Amino acid sequence: MNAPTSDTTERSERAGRPAATPRGPAPARRRRPADLRTWGAFALLTAPMLIGLGIFKYVAIGWSFLLSLSNAHGTIALGQWVGLDNYRQLLSDDTFRSSLGKILLFTVFIVPVTFVVSLGLALLVNRVRRGRAVVRTAFLIPTAVSYVAASLVWKMCLFNGLPAGIANMVGGWFGMDSVPWLQTTDPPLYWIVLVTLRLWLQVGFYMVLFLAGLQAIPKEIDEAAALDGATGFRKLMRITLPMLRNTSVAVLMLQFIAAFQAFDEFYNLFSSGLSGTATAPVQTPLVYLYNTSMGSQNYGLGSAGAFVLTALIVAVTLIQGRLTGFGKGEE
Amino acid sequence: MTTLFKRLRPGARGLLVGVLTVLFLTPFYLMLRNALMDTKGLTSPEWTWWPAQMHWENFTALFSDPTLHMGQALGNSLLIAGITAPLSTLLASAAGYAFARIPVPGRGALLALVIATLMIPGSVTFVPTFVVVGSMGGVNTLWGVIVPGLFNPFAVLLFRNFYLQFPAEIEEAGRLDGLGWLGLYRRIALPSSGAMLASLGALAFIDSWNAFLWPLVIGQDPSSWTAQIALSTFLTSQTINLPGLFAGAVVTIAPLVAMFLIAQRYIVEGIATTGLKG
Repeated sequence: MNAPTSDTTERSERAGRPAATPRGPAPARRRRPADLRTWGAFALLTAPMLIGLGIFKYVAIGWSFLLSLSNAHGTIALGQWVGLDNYRQLLSDDTFRSSLGKILLFTVFIVPVTFVVSLGLALLVNRVRRGRAVVRTAFLIPTAVSYVAASLVWKMCLFNGLPAGIANMVGGWFGMDSVPWLQTTDPPLYWIVLVTLRLWLQVGFYMVLFLAGLQAIPKEIDEAAALDGATGFRKLMRITLPMLRNTSVAVLMLQFIAAFQAFDEFYNLFSSGLSGTATAPVQTPLVYLYNTSMGSQNYGLGSAGAFVLTALIVAVTLIQGRLTGFGKGEE
Repeated sequence: MTTLFKRLRPGARGLLVGVLTVLFLTPFYLMLRNALMDTKGLTSPEWTWWPAQMHWENFTALFSDPTLHMGQALGNSLLIAGITAPLSTLLASAAGYAFARIPVPGRGALLALVIATLMIPGSVTFVPTFVVVGSMGGVNTLWGVIVPGLFNPFAVLLFRNFYLQFPAEIEEAGRLDGLGWLGLYRRIALPSSGAMLASLGALAFIDSWNAFLWPLVIGQDPSSWTAQIALSTFLTSQTINLPGLFAGAVVTIAPLVAMFLIAQRYIVEGIATTGLKG
């Protein structure tokens, strides 16, 4: 696929910057056509991955797409074609539509908050001189905790509805009455529980991304800014943030994709043994999908939902990428 | 005003860092404290910083209660993450090397097929994956939990970038020694990717250990529960055993916290690589 003569750089020149000729084969093999052994090696090294992705991505998506056009109650067999009925049913279902509204609200909340907090933590940790490792560990270690365990602590301890719950106890010091945090829908106090939980679990991860971005800012730029008298907030807006542009775009995208697929904490905070998630004040699209495909075993409708959500996520990611120019300047 | 702000800042910053550190560590403290208390102490509005008498039996009860399946679930999780982390990383490294180095016609098209799967968001497609794994008889089996998680196109891309920047001269020396492509990968490229393997492997272990939706979908029988599923079932069951729940949380997060403290360098590197190249 690479023209053998395209690479005319001197070897010694190339040696210093291996990344400059990314797609070029190593020099010694330049004139060798792909022989059987080359093919064999390539096949052996890539086959497990290609077959795995083929089955679990391509076959799965293709099959599921056909299912989304069939009546598939309690079966994953194809045959009862119903055209776009599943999509029609899905989009006219109030539960699904409200789940889309709720997840948009959640995303609009959690993405900027996580962004600002993780950036703030990174700036803070970057300035810490003594004990930086300890502080970084403290912020990062919640990343090791699962949503299930965090939901448990948030539901049963921090935001326990009893007066012994931490939030209620702290509120009590200020003369507030105890409230059932997860059940109160007016005002929707459960958002506080959801947002703080995800913040605690995630900001450490994004902080590390920002820290890596901060450390990649050349020292000279920092020094030049200091010479020009740029400090504090001005330096942050004029120098630091523009230099963190790529990191910021990546963080925003990762956050959006993660928020839109929220499931774990919604399931574990609101589900109860008797009624499942039926009494939950808020369902995410994934909770809805889980209930339709695993609860009612309607795989046709579940597949249709998977496609609608995938399309939404891909569309938003592409628009976001276009708006922010992500990927520009890459190979 | 700026100067005043500046003079205040070092002290204020230190205070802020201290408060935040305590705040971030508080849930861990609460988990441990609650796991060692009894129900009466936990529901009492009187605050206790640390139980006067430690109720270690909360932990033994966790494993002796046959309805919780906690012991088996922890074993399953260890097995699942223990297989997924090294195997998925190795598969990605092998494919990444081939895509970076071995020149065969059609390589670009195959790589495009791999990259295209990156567009598909992971959790949303649990229905399609369930359809395929279910049709292969993977429901309620450990392999059904493991296998779909072994193929990480993103890691392929990261390894490809890594091997593209790997100095070709070293490989040339190996080639002169008579090594073929497989030999070059196994003897030279793979042993030089230790840090990369450790970073991505550690992240894969964390992801696999903490995975919830897929194990919930595919493992409905207690024999295939992971630690997360066992804990979640315990949490959402009708009887509430507060100290037991917190003891459960402690045992399910302890392995990861330990790993985190030991391998933090690799985890930090892993996050930085995966995030920035993504």
